[in-house]
Amino acid sequence: MGEILLPLIILCPLVASLVVSVSAGRMGACAIGTVACAGVGLSAVISVILSVMLLSGPATDALRVVLWPWMRIEGFSADIAFTLDRVSMVMILVVTIVGLLIHVYAAGYMRDDPGIARFFGCMTLFVAAMVVLVLASDLLCMFIGWEGVGLCSYLLIGFWYDDPANTAAARKAFYMTRMGDVALLCGLLLLATATGSLRMGTVLAAVTDGQLPPFSVNAAAALILVGALAKSAQIPFQTWLPDAMAGPTPTSALIHAATMVTAGVYLIARLHDLFAMAAPVMAFMAVLGALTLLMGACKALVQSDLKRILAWSTISQLGYMFLALGCGVWQAALFHLMTHAFFKALLFLTAGAVIMRAGHEQDIFRLGGLRHAMPGLTMAFVAGASALAGLPLVTAGFYSKEMILSGVWHVHFGLTREWGLSGHPLWGIALLGAFLTALYIFRCVFIVFCGKAGTRAVGRTSRLMSIPLGCLCVLSLSGGVIEMPDTLPRLHLFSALLDPGVPLSHADEPIWLVLAGAIVPLAGLGVAWVLWGRRVSVMREIPGQAAIIRPARDGRGMDVVYDRVFVQPLCLLVWLTRLDIADHAITGTGRLTRAASAGMFRARAGVVDMLAIRATGMARWADHLPGQFQNGRVRWYAAWIATGLCAGLAMVVLS
Amino acid sequence: MPAFSFNDTLLLATVLFSVGLAGVLVRRDLVFMLMSLDIMLNAAALVFVGAGARWHDATGQVMFVLILALAAVETAVGLAIIVCLHARGRPTLDADTGNLLRG
Amino acid sequence: MNPLPALVLLPIMGGGVAWVAGHVRPRVTTTSRDASWWVVLVTLIVETFVLVMATFGHPVHTGPWPGHFSMPWIPAMGIAVRLDMDGLSLSLIWLSLIMCFLCVFLATRQVTVHAGAFRFLFLATLTGIIGTFLATDLFLFFFFWELMLVPMFGLIAAWGHEDRQRAAMKFFMFTQGSGLIMLLSILGLVITHYRQTGVLTFDYFTLAHTPLSPAVSMLLMLGFFIAFAVKLPVVPVHVWLPDAHTQAPTAASVLLAGILLKTGGYGMIRFNIMLFPDAASRFAPIAMGLGVAGIVYGAWLAYAQDDVKRLIAYSSISHMGFVLLGIFTGSRMGMQGAIIQMLAHGLSTAGLFVVAGAIQDRLHTRDMRCIGGLWAAMPRLSGAGLFFAMAALGMPGLGNFTGEFLVLLATWHVSPLPAILAAVGLVLAAIYALRMVNRIFLAAPRTGLQPVPDVASRQMAVFACVMVFLVLLGVYPQPFVTFSAPLPLPVAAMTGPEGATP
Repeated sequence: MGEILLPLIILCPLVASLVVSVSAGRMGACAIGTVACAGVGLSAVISVILSVMLLSGPATDALRVVLWPWMRIEGFSADIAFTLDRVSMVMILVVTIVGLLIHVYAAGYMRDDPGIARFFGCMTLFVAAMVVLVLASDLLCMFIGWEGVGLCSYLLIGFWYDDPANTAAARKAFYMTRMGDVALLCGLLLLATATGSLRMGTVLAAVTDGQLPPFSVNAAAALILVGALAKSAQIPFQTWLPDAMAGPTPTSALIHAATMVTAGVYLIARLHDLFAMAAPVMAFMAVLGALTLLMGACKALVQSDLKRILAWSTISQLGYMFLALGCGVWQAALFHLMTHAFFKALLFLTAGAVIMRAGHEQDIFRLGGLRHAMPGLTMAFVAGASALAGLPLVTAGFYSKEMILSGVWHVHFGLTREWGLSGHPLWGIALLGAFLTALYIFRCVFIVFCGKAGTRAVGRTSRLMSIPLGCLCVLSLSGGVIEMPDTLPRLHLFSALLDPGVPLSHADEPIWLVLAGAIVPLAGLGVAWVLWGRRVSVMREIPGQAAIIRPARDGRGMDVVYDRVFVQPLCLLVWLTRLDIADHAITGTGRLTRAASAGMFRARAGVVDMLAIRATGMARWADHLPGQFQNGRVRWYAAWIATGLCAGLAMVVLS
Repeated sequence: MPAFSFNDTLLLATVLFSVGLAGVLVRRDLVFMLMSLDIMLNAAALVFVGAGARWHDATGQVMFVLILALAAVETAVGLAIIVCLHARGRPTLDADTGNLLRG
Repeated sequence: MNPLPALVLLPIMGGGVAWVAGHVRPRVTTTSRDASWWVVLVTLIVETFVLVMATFGHPVHTGPWPGHFSMPWIPAMGIAVRLDMDGLSLSLIWLSLIMCFLCVFLATRQVTVHAGAFRFLFLATLTGIIGTFLATDLFLFFFFWELMLVPMFGLIAAWGHEDRQRAAMKFFMFTQGSGLIMLLSILGLVITHYRQTGVLTFDYFTLAHTPLSPAVSMLLMLGFFIAFAVKLPVVPVHVWLPDAHTQAPTAASVLLAGILLKTGGYGMIRFNIMLFPDAASRFAPIAMGLGVAGIVYGAWLAYAQDDVKRLIAYSSISHMGFVLLGIFTGSRMGMQGAIIQMLAHGLSTAGLFVVAGAIQDRLHTRDMRCIGGLWAAMPRLSGAGLFFAMAALGMPGLGNFTGEFLVLLATWHVSPLPAILAAVGLVLAAIYALRMVNRIFLAAPRTGLQPVPDVASRQMAVFACVMVFLVLLGVYPQPFVTFSAPLPLPVAAMTGPEGATP
């Protein structure tokens, strides 16, 4: 039963994608939306059924399906194989259910777009690829999904290809992630060379058994980390994600907030045994995550584009997840991944609806006072914002953030024997990040929804779009109660689900840790209200922003650096070498040869001419005697022949 | 025992050849030149026949037949040329007058 | 009946008939052209049947490999018509036939001037190619090697685009010159064998067991290598390729990129590696360096091109670098990767060339600065173009990735550094492929572009077949891997007497 159902999760969206793409132009917008939603919905239903089946079995149970052998060559083997264990179950539920909600929303959002077939073709293909990525039990098989989601992301960012800026953003995203992919591929090659297989079980067993030298483990972990960083837009690859907002909003919600960008987190969580053996890489990852979360929050604070604010906030939240992964609490990272998928999808979809109704205005300073025009959307956005900020007790974000914070507090990196690194500074950074998160998201809320009215809202939000918003509201407010800090009622459903052996519990943690985590978002909310929320707001923008953080405002800080350091020299180099050097060399040689031969011809012609003139002169002088023989009389010729013959015979005979 | 020895045959052939050669060189009439040519050919053929008899080999006679055919062809072509020239309004058969190339 | 000689002779005979059919009524344009086209189609179908017979029939095992045919040709010199077939040659012949069907359905109908002659030359090239894949007599191999050049030269020189004469000349000079070096090498090998054993023969299996001193074997191997390197092409001697590909008519471009380049890879596997294993392993570091250079250099130059066909041509150089790298890793895995890469590259590049040809037929330009935004006007063609571009950039799940991954893995076994450099080539591949997609297909429509028809659904079906093959190679390459493995040389005792009596 399960063996049949598992491939169907992938097959349903794939078939929907094929149907939608092939029938382009022949199906109406409604039919296309229905097919796409049906495909994703079917796989959501199947994944729920499979999850129920899995949860009813023993805890270590996993559903393994090997579809067919992919490559069997001496020294290496790979399979197209899928596994549904508890980690992938969580992820698959997130992907298919959030995916379904976003598809339903998109069926309403994209109804009038002429390219709707292409849009849904890519979206369903994306879901299929993402499911492959999540379910694959072979790292090479996972790589199919890994690149596939990148491809769909490229196609969807550049969906409105009429604007060159959009396609440029799409290419940028693909190039950036591709660099990481190549690093990941190198990591896979390293592992495959060492173990002869890329099945996760085999690889992890080989690593934990110590079959690999420590250097190889560290190198492989570092390479895989680079791939994950690029996919998840962490420092130093963060620049592609804000630009990726050029795509349609459902795309931003599904790909660039909820699922694809979290693929890096998921991959590292799957391979946490490998990373546990590579302590320096872990410490590096934690530090990078902390830096990213701080930088993302700061950038989000100074943006004026609504979708860019959300993009930077995504980067910042992903930074939290990487911090958690670096600290070894991968359960917390997955938990935050789940809640983040809920509330960030909610925020994006609401933002999309707001932007659509406000006449495609994305600048938050031109929006304003929308509270009255669209109360429902305001509610949804506030719900999402409070979940993102992690307002205590009532939101999902609070619990997942709390789990990360407590994990970070307890960690201790033993890099070398005598030199270690405590997690406390990182905890401080994370707490500061939480404060900033609350600050920037409520800045956004207050500016957009309160204050004096900006653009006039038109139309209504259709039922198709509002139902998914409602579902996501519920999820993002209440989705977190399955896991609570120890100081509150002990509830560890999520971590028990993932790792039943060792429930993650810190019974000895001081109560002020939780309190700090609870108070800081409230403080951020308060400050935001003071600065932007009151009727006469204290400031529209952060003072001195224009002068101080100007590069940051456009989100172009690193872009400029990359542009100067890599892109422009590369372009220059390409321009310089745009003609094939070897070709030129050959053509030059050919031209030289031709010139030389022409010269030689001229010289030869001169010499020959001179010789010929001399020769003719001599010949004319000497032709008198032989001329006598050529009298044209046959008999004389016969006589000469006879004479010559006689002479020849005589010579032969006499000599 | 043949009536003539091989030496005699060779002598006869030489004489015949010399006669033919002299005919070609001395006579100016084209018809006579053709006849002399035939005599020369027959002299060569005689050598072949004699050699065939001397070494008991049939090849000599085969060659004779070949030469016979050659002579016939040659005569035919030569006479045809003469007739052709005559038909073009050439009044003489003198070989020495035809020493200029004209198309 | 032995199918091998039929395989070789059928195309050229069919081509002759097609030529005549094209001449029957030269005034009545449409019918006569169609007659010759039908002849070509029938020839190819019959050829396919013969090939099916050769694939699935159970031949009598007279030779060392599954298929064998032998007939004396010039016995005094030890030259015979020896044709042998193993999985490698069989799979490459299948690839050739698929390419030909692609050309016949999508490209050759557009030729209007002297269509019959065009088709004759086309099929004559096919004969040369199939003969090259089958011949196991070195002299015969050289014969076919040269045979496939001449019709191709004609195709480029007569039906090509604006600068065709120069391109055809360049193509001919390079391939012919290198072919002569190979002939020297062949003669050297034969004479060495004659001196040592007193048997004058050109038989591949006999010559394989010639004991050679290291210096001599290195010299002979280099002779072969140069010929195949020009054909493959390897970087310093690749200069004929961009011109030839760019100037050739679409069908010839497809043949060139799809199969002609593969003869170079085939020759390297069959002759360099299997005849001179020691010399090849000593030469391997240099060859691998050349391969990596080709990967990076080809991708780099592909990025700088404005001409679509030129871009595709340089991307071929980049992909063929993987083939060279894989062949000279010295492991079975690398060899398999190279073979898969050859098959997949044949399909994907041929697809790209057909798309580029279709664009040129419609817009009369190949300059990407003048083309743009075709998606709105031609969604089908653009979809096909996008798919093949994705295959070219090495999207996992498509054939090229399988080949590239196996090659990279085998290279990593040897040394990680070239593998990493080759992997950097994948980033460059993404750059040029997406740049092409974003300039031709997914871009703002150019103003002043007159409306043009999209490709018909029947032609789309042909494209779809190629795509299915690519996907199959990508996700289920195992049958191809086992099927296309080159059979190892048999032991000396088995072939010794067989080769001595031609």
